[in-house]
Amino acid sequence: MAAKSRHLNKIEPWHDPEERPYVYIENLTKDYDGSIAVDEVTLSVYRGELFSLLGRSGCGKSTLLRMLAGFEIPSSGRIYIDGIDMSGIPPHRRPVSMVFQSYALFPHMNVEQNVAFGLKQEKLPKSQINERVNDVLELVQMLDFKKRKPHQLSGGQRQRIALARSLVKRPKLLLLDEPLAALDKKLREKTQLELVNIQEEVGITFIMVSHDQEEAMTMASRIGIMADGRIIQVGTPTEIYEYPNSKYVSNFVGTINMFEGVVMEEEENYAVVRSSVLDEINIMVEHSTSAAIGAHVSIAIRPEKVVISKRPPKDRNYNCVKGIVQDIVYLGDVSIYHVELANGRIVYSTATNLFRIAERPIQWDDEVYLYWLPENSILLTA
Amino acid sequence: MKRSKFLLSMLAFGYAFMYVPLFCVIGFSFNGSKFVTTWSHFSFKWYHTLAQNRIMLDATLNSLKIACCTATVSVVLGALAAIAIVRFKRFSGKSFFIGMIAAPLIMPDVVTGLSLLLLFIGMNNLFGWPGEHGSMTVTIAHITLSLSYVTAIIQSRLAEIDSSIEEAALDLGATPTKVFFVITIPAISSAIISGWVLSFVLSFDDVVLASFVSGPQSTTLPMVVFSSIRMGLSPQINALTTIIIGVLTVCVAIAGYIIYHSSKRIPQKSKGEGKHWRSLV
Repeated sequence: MAAKSRHLNKIEPWHDPEERPYVYIENLTKDYDGSIAVDEVTLSVYRGELFSLLGRSGCGKSTLLRMLAGFEIPSSGRIYIDGIDMSGIPPHRRPVSMVFQSYALFPHMNVEQNVAFGLKQEKLPKSQINERVNDVLELVQMLDFKKRKPHQLSGGQRQRIALARSLVKRPKLLLLDEPLAALDKKLREKTQLELVNIQEEVGITFIMVSHDQEEAMTMASRIGIMADGRIIQVGTPTEIYEYPNSKYVSNFVGTINMFEGVVMEEEENYAVVRSSVLDEINIMVEHSTSAAIGAHVSIAIRPEKVVISKRPPKDRNYNCVKGIVQDIVYLGDVSIYHVELANGRIVYSTATNLFRIAERPIQWDDEVYLYWLPENSILLTA
Repeated sequence: MKRSKFLLSMLAFGYAFMYVPLFCVIGFSFNGSKFVTTWSHFSFKWYHTLAQNRIMLDATLNSLKIACCTATVSVVLGALAAIAIVRFKRFSGKSFFIGMIAAPLIMPDVVTGLSLLLLFIGMNNLFGWPGEHGSMTVTIAHITLSLSYVTAIIQSRLAEIDSSIEEAALDLGATPTKVFFVITIPAISSAIISGWVLSFVLSFDDVVLASFVSGPQSTTLPMVVFSSIRMGLSPQINALTTIIIGVLTVCVAIAGYIIYHSSKRIPQKSKGEGKHWRSLV
């Protein structure tokens, strides 16, 4: 998470009304004979960002990326990169480079030839090509593998070469299509941070497609959640996780407890919701979106923000429900408690394992209180 | 572990089945007798006679020329057809096109030969082309046959290739034409070479199609061999066969050597020490 904190320390360009977006996508639509892959997407990405498009497979994120690269022609809408309209510009003339999911290294060329390929197309002098190839191979720590063929490299090494081959062109925008999907878990976690470091080093704007929310959370400066060809929410990892704007986003990123209810009272900064699934008690929610009295809404609360205890909270401000422990999922660092309420509804609560398992205070079939602060729950109308 | 005697003898039988006939031909090519099948004494006699046999040598040369033309044209057309089939997602009549390309595979040679003969005669009557039958008509006939094989070979190779390598090249700034020559062609080169060799062989040993569409000026080697059977087979054929086998063996050996050396692994090198990041820009 070290990499992310560095991002947060930077001035956030998306909050600056004067800042012009570096990549601007305007009402972009892709229609494959009636089936709409990308639906009226408008998106701004700023210079130096590592933007992640996150969504399930088939949500249109790859199509959007391929339209940025120029492999697919949009049905309507426009793409501007650094202020220049990209419509009608073929892929080989765009200031954009792509790292493919399969890496797409040229099998008949060695590492050096692969990396030099893009520069040769620019007809640069040989000495300059060699210098830039060496620099970029040093950056990805692959200088010793210059003469290898792609089939003689491991998955992680191929990934570095694919990255180097794109970076060496010094594109205005680098696109990454699930760049780490083919790596095993340990290597993937290591490479995530490396990729962020390289991105900060070279200062090129990255747009990355991912279906792995952890990957997006770790790496991205901002995340765009996509579903059914639309972008549902754009925000920093924290915003997406803590303030999801819809049921879809809150369910997609992490796990969440969700209760349906009806708004009973509405004040300036909080609402009272009565939920039949929470034993007809009143729940206080801090809210940003306005919900009229009588409206049907959902309340969402992350499991780690639900405190589990054998005693009721002393503070009256907490929302509190009572239940019986049904299941305990032990994950080593944390345990997830499945608590069944009187009406049969299961609520999840995650607690850090402060004690060794034998001394755990809460056991199966214990009667427990679950409570959380109103400001930690989210009111969702969509 | 000791290998079973049964398996070893089966292996020996398999090799014998394939190669003993070839060794017989090679052995009998040095036979002094004028009968093809009876051994008398060792001699280079038939190699001398072969060197003076203009008909046989001309036919060989003609066959080689036809085979080379056939192979080259088939590979070019076959590669284009394969690209159309594999790389273009939809076009009207695609399945019809695939079927038509493959049809000569199941067509008996006699039918193809006869229909081509009729076509050539008809065309000659209508526009005065291709005129007298000869190397040209034989080459066309051979191309119709080998094109289906070549297309099938290149098509299956092309389908295996990740099309994103072509996109990657395009993305790195190569023009579509350059991508085709620098990325696509090298990627399918093995299929192109094997397609070329296969159609060369198909053309070189075809006798049926050639009998229908060749003219008096151009006979191919298989036709000469075939017709000479009627007048009694001359041991010259053994000598010729031995020369062909020899040339082919050398070619295969060279190809094998090149393939072996180009795919040999570069020895493992130790990974470099972690270096500090250096700015690109």
